[in-house]
This record gives sequence, structure tokens and C-alpha cells, in this order.
Amino acid sequence: MALSTERFARYNPEKPMENRITDLGPRHYWQYLPPVIQENYGKWKYHEILEPGVLVHVSETGDKVFTVRVGGCRFMTVENVREICEIADKHCGGYVRFTTRNNIEFHVETLEKVEALKKDLISRKHVSGSYKFPIGGTGAGVTNIVHTQGYIHCHTPATDASSMVKAVMDDLFDYFQSMTLPAQVRVSMACCLNMCGAVHCSDIALLGYHRKPPIVDDVVLQSVCEIPLVIAACPTAAISPTKTADGKKSVKIKDERCMFCGNCYTMCMALPLSDKEGDCVTVLAGGKLSNRISPPRFSKVVIAALPNNFPRFPETCDAVKKIIEAYASDAKKYERIGDWAERIGWERFFEKCDLPFTEHLIDDYRLAYDTFRTSTQFKYSEASWAVSKAAESASEE
Amino acid sequence: MFEPKRTEKEVKYSELRIYSDEELKNYTEEELKTFKVKYDIPTCDELESGPWPSFVADAKRAALRRRKLPQERMMISRDVVEDLLGQLELSFKDGETHWKHGGIVGVFGYGGGVIGRYSDLQDKFPSIAHFHTMRVNQPGSKFYNSDYLRTLCDLWEYRGSGIMNLHGSTGDIILLGTFTEQLEPIFYELTHVMDQDLGGSGSNLRTPSACIGKARCEWSCYDTQEMSYELTTHYQDELHRPAFPYKFKFKFDGCPNGCVASVARADLSFIGTWKDNIRIDQEAVKAYMNLEIKPNGNAHAGKDWGPFDIQKEVIGLCPTQCMWMEDGKLMIDDAECTRCMHCINVMPQALRPGTDTGVSILCGAKAPILEGAQMGVLTIPFMKAEPPYDNIKAIIERIWDWWMEEGKNRERLGELIQRQGLPKFLEILGLPPMPQMVREPRSNPYIFWKEEDVPGGWTRQIEDYRSRHKR
Repeated sequence: MALSTERFARYNPEKPMENRITDLGPRHYWQYLPPVIQENYGKWKYHEILEPGVLVHVSETGDKVFTVRVGGCRFMTVENVREICEIADKHCGGYVRFTTRNNIEFHVETLEKVEALKKDLISRKHVSGSYKFPIGGTGAGVTNIVHTQGYIHCHTPATDASSMVKAVMDDLFDYFQSMTLPAQVRVSMACCLNMCGAVHCSDIALLGYHRKPPIVDDVVLQSVCEIPLVIAACPTAAISPTKTADGKKSVKIKDERCMFCGNCYTMCMALPLSDKEGDCVTVLAGGKLSNRISPPRFSKVVIAALPNNFPRFPETCDAVKKIIEAYASDAKKYERIGDWAERIGWERFFEKCDLPFTEHLIDDYRLAYDTFRTSTQFKYSEASWAVSKAAESASEE
Repeated sequence: MFEPKRTEKEVKYSELRIYSDEELKNYTEEELKTFKVKYDIPTCDELESGPWPSFVADAKRAALRRRKLPQERMMISRDVVEDLLGQLELSFKDGETHWKHGGIVGVFGYGGGVIGRYSDLQDKFPSIAHFHTMRVNQPGSKFYNSDYLRTLCDLWEYRGSGIMNLHGSTGDIILLGTFTEQLEPIFYELTHVMDQDLGGSGSNLRTPSACIGKARCEWSCYDTQEMSYELTTHYQDELHRPAFPYKFKFKFDGCPNGCVASVARADLSFIGTWKDNIRIDQEAVKAYMNLEIKPNGNAHAGKDWGPFDIQKEVIGLCPTQCMWMEDGKLMIDDAECTRCMHCINVMPQALRPGTDTGVSILCGAKAPILEGAQMGVLTIPFMKAEPPYDNIKAIIERIWDWWMEEGKNRERLGELIQRQGLPKFLEILGLPPMPQMVREPRSNPYIFWKEEDVPGGWTRQIEDYRSRHKR
């Protein structure tokens, strides 16, 4: 039974329950494992990164599997997927996989096949000149950026995702293809606070952020929104009921309580937030997911707002580069960005990354106290002398 | 373990295909070089240059292909990709998205798996007036073959935009953009022809995902794919029919390295671990010390960090200081090891996880919305993770019962635990407390004693009190 070319396939809109199949779940994974992986499933003994983007895993049986990892654009057309299939058919018996971070991995069994595969992959470029399948993303470098939909599909974004990822990865391309850093640097991107992905625990996180309270569309609000739900949705209790001049039920927003999280908009389409000038990029750093040496950590806000300069985000790219370069030149081997910042002290982090410490970076939400420094252990920096100076002049007034 | 739960239809592209080879190669490189989409898109065009793969360049080749295909060979407008680029260009100019808020669409009988999306400029970009997303439940650890992918591509190009995400953050394959009328036909074809179901969305169990696990990783402490497959198929009803206060996620990490980021985003995070000793191959340890094997699987090869120094790089960095050298041998006091994976990561040929393996279960991770970001709290230190995982299912269902009963609308498990307290959560699970659940004990002494635990109970008479204490 081939795929149908009828307008509604074999689905009958008059009889939706007819022949309906549901609750199948995913296809079983075993059939998609290349033979060398099936034969050595659970028997792998060790691995080595032969060069950026090329891994070898060795089994207890002596078998080897070589992995060639290439950067993938999460946004992929069928043309790209078909080209991936072409490569898979030519070199890998039709098998291919994708990684958690949107990279693509091809598996082969010999070094000769690795060379042939690499040659094929590097030769493929878009007519505009960008690589289709750049090899890299392994070891102590920067791998692919996990990101969200942005303007391509999201209804709540404060910035665009695919363009930012393209801009930042172009800038960090050398790091994708090399392993020169003290440890891996995971960069993640979320187009809004919903953070679809593990952006809150990344070495560097780029976050779209609104900075204006919602506009209340009270022409329609009472007919499209469940008002109690909207009021309950606000974590700072900034929303309360009201009535318009012509008697319609609506809500009012206490602007000074709003921190622009957009949860109200998620619950009610009559409270849009996005704004060309207000929306910005927030940069966080120092998070990690693994338990290696130090426990998992949250990312911390290090730059409150950078402009949405589409499509290349030069300020954001510069900031990311600055942080990575400061980290690369100063951190010890195996230290993640967060480990490094903790060891040298955050005052040194801001100094070495040449970033200002603004009031926005001090927590004033629920668990703010946990972030305060309640000891005398500090290092002197320009920022601390500025405070002493201000204190002196305050006392002189 | 290696068999599907039911016999699956074979997916052979040659038998299922829609497009012929001629149709698939319907443009030349030359045509692509000179191709211009119908809108002026200078901002998007800017994203074609630079070494990283350009999604704009990719979109353009799909747009060209659709331009040249006869319209009857596509069930939605040929202009869909060009309209998307046109709208994206306008979004850059306006600094605001042009997608309307949500919209409830789906397939009959399911409450998730389809995300409704409508353009707010439907007159300007009619072929993306509807641009709904379908989530397709990916096979374990995202392994595929070309038969499957090519078949999915034909189906999707025929009935939708031809644009996909490989993959969405949760792990599903995302089919990005089609019209309402094609949702049921696509679902029909997925289920009947490809023997493939949708994933989850909404207030339900989201599509579980797993790290690469035993398929290729030497450190995987349990079969992450197997467990993900079993729990996904066992809980199909919870996945497709939202009955929860909000979303719920399982994620399966084979070891504490955490490559599927479970500790940051899974309500139930299953992290592989062991309870016996790290396996040590002393000959290999010597080989690392003699610089015969590169440390950390050669992950630092791009910079000269100096010769490998086991004292500095392994023993000295151990967070519990439980390692030392003795008579030329590497010694580990396993009882004091917290299984952070560092030493194993540095010397994969010499050190391996133990063999008495299972999972640590951490609960309640989530992104910031609404009450703040949380990581999973270590709740169960060790449980065996073997099919059919009945022990784990029992825990899951106890958690769901409590959360469904007590959880407010859109309250994640982690937030409910914060609101009602971790001690309450343990009571529900029937678990005793352990110091391992906390980084430190409470520093405020505001203990909510239970009446039954206080001698004499709480009901007292004021007259009795006054008989001893005058006003």
C-alpha cells in the first residue's frame, strides 16, 4: 500500500472513526541500528576522538564503529533530509542518526570509509557558499546550539532563533571544528522565557526577553479569555479584574509588578507583549548539566539586555566571543565556564569578560537571598572601588 | 528487549513513495543559483553567507522545488516556503512575530501531538494562513534509515510545507506547517502506512527521550532506549489524552554525564548509576601515566595542556578525594565515591562504571515558567531498571495520582513539591527520608509537627491552663 495521493488520503471526513488506528507509539529502535551497533549493543568498552568530529568506539569484541558528526540545522527541509539519506545510502548502508543537540551522526566501520565519508561531506555546500554538513562538534569545543522556533513558528518570541544561531555559529565556527577549550562549552538559545530546551543550565545561554508589559486588548478580552485563569497565571499578582468604560469585563496590569514573563499571554491572546524596541537578548552564563566534578548549575544572567539587531546580532556575537575567549585564556583544564567563574569569583568574571555589573543582575525574585554573598571573601576590582567611592560621597552629603 | 511490542509494518520507500526520481531532481544547480523567491528578503538573504549551514539556503531550494512541481503534486499551496520567508523578513523588520496565539486543532480522539498555528497576516501570506505543527514520536535515540526518512519526506512534502525540525527540543520529529484539512490525512498515512504515531503536547505525558545509551556508549548503566520505548508504549493513553494538570516529562540518561539533560528538564529524570565498584584496569592506568594513551578520549587535542598528570588531573580533581596511588596502582575508596564520572571520562580505557547497575531517580525539574527554574531533586538513590520496569511504573503512578489530585492548573510536579513540601512528597511515595535528598538540612527550625507525633495531642482546655496560670 503506497502513500496515498488522494486529497484526504484514505481518510473519510464523513466517517472519522472508520479504520482509525491510534496509540501505536514510536517505531522500535532496533531496526534502525546499523549492524555493527546491533552486534555490539551494550558491549562498548571505550572511545577516542580521532579528530574534531570523528569518534571511534571500540567494543569488548574488538569491533570498532567510527562516527562522523556534522552540524545540523534544526530547521531542515525535505531537500536536506533527502540529501542526508543520499549520504547515508552511499556510505552507511542507509543508516543515520541525530543527536540531542541537533547534530547528525553517520556510522561506518573502517577508517577508509571515514575518509570517503568526510570527503563527501565537506564537498557539499549551498550555492551561497555555506557548508551543508560541517564536521565537528566533539570534545573540548563548541558544539551545536540547541534552540527554539523564534519568528519561524513561535507565537511568544522576544527574538528570532534560527538567525541568531546562524550568526553565532558562523562566529564560533572555528570552535566547532576544534578542541582547544578547557572543557566543552554548551551554548543554548531560547526565544522567550518559556525556554523550550535546557537553556537554564548551559555554559552560555541566549534568551529573548520582553521589556514592556502586555497591551490589554479589551475589545475582545472578555470573549476570548478566562479571566480568573489569566489573573492566576501571573506569578507576581500584577493582574486584577476591571471593567472598560463601555462595561466590558477586562483586566488591568500593575506595571511595576510586571516582569514581562508573558505567562498571561500564554493563557490569553488578548495580552500581547512583543515590541520591536522593548524586546531584547539577555545573556546568561555558567550553567552545566553534568555531575562531573561539580554538581549541575543554573545559568546566571550576565548581560541584562542586548539589542535585537537582525539578522546578525553583532552585539550578542561579540559578547559570546568575549566570554569564551576570556574563559579559554584563563580557565584550568576540565573547568567549565561556571566552575571557572566560581573559582576566580564572579567579580573577576565580569572583569575578565569586560562586562559591566548592573543592578539587573542582582536577584530580587523568590529565592534572591540564596544568591547574596554573606561573607568578607571578595577580591578588589574597579566595580568595588566605585562602591567605596560612592559610599564616601554619600556620607559626605 | 530487541523486539517491538507488536509486529510493525515494513517501511520500504520504493513501495511507498509518492515522487518519482525525475520529480525529486526537478531543478539544476544553475537554476538554484539564480532563483529568487517572490518577495524581497534582504535580511533573510544575509543569512546565506558564512560557513554554518544556512537554513535560508536550504529553504530556498525547497521553495524552488515547489515552484517547479505541478500544484496537483502538493496538497497545500506551492508558495508555502516562500510565504514563510516573506513573513520572516517582515518579522525582522517589525521586530515582532507574525504568528497568532495558539488555536486548538488536532486529530480526533487525541488532545495533543498537533500544535495549532495561524499567521496574523493571512491576506499577505495566504499559504501560511494555517501553519500547524505535527509532532511525530521519534524512534529511540533518533536512529533512522533512509527508507523511513525518505517516506516521511514524501508524505510531508505532499501534504505540508516540507519543512521539518530534526528534532524538537523534547525529541519529536517536527513537521512544521500544514493546513487543518491535511491533519487527519497525514495522521491516517502515518498510522496506516508508516505504522508510526504522533508524539505528545499539552497537559499530558510528553514524548520521552533517551541518550544514545547502550547503542554506542561504554558508560550506559542501563538500556535507555529499551526503557524509553517500554514506558512510551505503556503510557500511550497518558501521552495522547491530556488528563494532567500540566506537562510531564520522562528523560533517560545512561549515566551522570547527563547527555539528554534530564536533570534540567524532566519531571522524572532517570540517571543511570551503579552501586558496586568502578572497574579498574591497572595496566591501562599505567599506559595513561606513561603517556601511551591520550586522556579524556583525546577531547583536548587542540591545545597542548602538557603531559598527562594523574595526580593533578584525576586524583586531585576528585570531588570527594577518594582516590590515591598505592604501590603504582590507582586505588578508589568506592564507598566514598559519588560517581561524578570525571575519572572515568578522563581514562575510559582504564576505568569503567560498576556492573551492578540501576537508576537514580530525580524529580521535579523544569524551566523557569512559572515559579522559577528547578533541577530534579534526588528522590530514589538506586532502583533496578529492568524490563518490564514494574517497580518503576508503580512509583510513576503513585506520583501521578498525587499530582493529578493536588496539582493546580498548570502546576508542574516540581512546583507542587515546592508548595506542599518535599516531606509530603516522600510520604506520598512511601519513602523514608535520607540526607542524600538535601544539600544541607534546613536552617530554619519551622517544623510542621504532626499532631499524632506530639505526646498528649493538641486539644487543650483554656480552663485547665488557667488553673496553673492566672491571667
